Amino acid sequence: MNSTVRMEGCRPFQGGPSFFSQPLPAIPLPGFPLLTKAIPAGFPSPADDYAEERIDLNNHLIEHKEATFFVKVEGSSMTGFGIHDGDLLVVDRSVQPEDRSVVVAVVDGEFTIKQLCRIPDGILLRAGSQAHSDILINGDQTLAVWGVVRWSIHKVDSCLALSR
Amino acid sequence: MPRTLALIDCNNFYVSCERVFNPRLIGRPVVVLSNNDGCVVARSNEVKALGVRMGVPWFQIKDLAKKHGIIALSSNYALYADMSNRVMSLLSSFSPDQEVYSIDECFLDLTGLEHLGLADYGQGFRETIQRHVGLPVCVGMATTKTLAKLANHVAKKRPEFNAVCDFTGLDTHALDQLLGQIEVGEVWGVGPRISPRLQHMGIMTVLNLKNAPRGKIRQQFSVVMERTIAELNGESCIALEDVAPPKQQIMSSRSFGVPVFDLAELQQSVASYTARAAVKLRNQASLAGVIQVYIRTSPFKEKEPQYSQGVTVPLAFPTSDSRTLVGAALAGLKRIFRPGFAYAKSGIILMNLIPEDRRELTLFDDPVQLGRSNALMSVMDRINRNFGKGAVRLFGEGADQRWKMRTGNRSPNYTTRISDLVVAKA
Repeated sequence: MNSTVRMEGCRPFQGGPSFFSQPLPAIPLPGFPLLTKAIPAGFPSPADDYAEERIDLNNHLIEHKEATFFVKVEGSSMTGFGIHDGDLLVVDRSVQPEDRSVVVAVVDGEFTIKQLCRIPDGILLRAGSQAHSDILINGDQTLAVWGVVRWSIHKVDSCLALSR
Repeated sequence: MPRTLALIDCNNFYVSCERVFNPRLIGRPVVVLSNNDGCVVARSNEVKALGVRMGVPWFQIKDLAKKHGIIALSSNYALYADMSNRVMSLLSSFSPDQEVYSIDECFLDLTGLEHLGLADYGQGFRETIQRHVGLPVCVGMATTKTLAKLANHVAKKRPEFNAVCDFTGLDTHALDQLLGQIEVGEVWGVGPRISPRLQHMGIMTVLNLKNAPRGKIRQQFSVVMERTIAELNGESCIALEDVAPPKQQIMSSRSFGVPVFDLAELQQSVASYTARAAVKLRNQASLAGVIQVYIRTSPFKEKEPQYSQGVTVPLAFPTSDSRTLVGAALAGLKRIFRPGFAYAKSGIILMNLIPEDRRELTLFDDPVQLGRSNALMSVMDRINRNFGKGAVRLFGEGADQRWKMRTGNRSPNYTTRISDLVVAKA
């Protein structure tokens, strides 16, 4: 049989010397394991068996945590893809960019967000808005895909008037 | 059974981290400077090609920097630490056994994975780290740690290996030929102090050391050097360490941003370095028995009066309480301080460390006080963890800290602060 014994320490008397003012340590009886923590009594919560972890957006938005970086958007050339000025992008570097992927690219040393399109003459970085022009990557320009955009996090501003 | 170990090392780690987030630095000569923008601690290949040595004081190469347009950055340790964690975590998936050896290198035990083709497997590390975090690495593989380090050196220096060098794939003759071309100073554990002595004995190359008489080497040097020779001969003597053993001493020192003349400011610096070291001490659950304090003027300002002094202060009993440690450090400082000097640096070392659970109570200890001290320190550490370093600190650490580090040209904390994110144009 496996039972435990708990010994209550003496109550310290008020104003006594300081080395008495701690409860005496519990004394283990030979052969009996000792629980040093108090055991809470009372009715157990009926919800305990159904407890689940609260939703964590990191788990939902980040697939490869070592390869994921956050990037801030400046400009309005990608509104067609739901990417607005000031948005926060979740960018995954480990994902292989494909034709039509929205990517963070480095063009001539500068970070830019565009859609990667393979076309017969090379690679086109397509803007997502009529007012902005696409970038055709030709011989003398350097292009490196830095990462693939997975999510855009947009803060909803309740003060903005909706233009109908 | 022979083992297979790999050493993976990031190339020019600090500079490479900066380049991930600032592509304009790619292809240009870049250095990263130590705390206080004092010395060169990382160099891009372009800078290495100009002959700039590791550790040179920045002011000594300012003219060269101007001539060649060298870009100097202050060190951004928050960024490097985050990138390092990413690299180590990615590499850990390639082997069940990893030893993180420093911020930019780790050993992996690949024993039993040889059938995968080691050179190809190593190229896999490289591609993964390059693609996932944008950092270049070199890989060395061999049967011992010492040889793996050398293989890594070869991978780095010889382009024909394409950044991955596997010694286990070479026959003895080819390996010896390679080792005969590497200077003995490149061997792990053979520093600049030992290598001239070896060279004096006619041991110039790694191959010479590998074939050196072990008994004689043990006599002249130590068993450690004898072990190194065994490792060079493929006898694995140094095991992988999963967890870094607790440090035997903890050091905290900095050069000042501006010269410091008066005791009060030195006191602030010593108090705050001690408090920082005390946090590290508590994090590794140790107590310190002795604290050493030192101060010195700048050895680079040769024309100014020089002074350098240290003192060792034993503690009545081992402790990790910031207040006791700071008190002892300040008492020591008072004894060594001399007015009239332009102090450039101060530092403290916590020594005679013992594990916290081996604390012995003495007749004069008060268990209640001890409990209170532990509670106070853990609350302090928790507040500082949650609200930022130095949110609560001892009064002695000072409020304005004029002497604090210069970090003139530090890059943003791209990965650890939401206000510092990379901005991309859309």
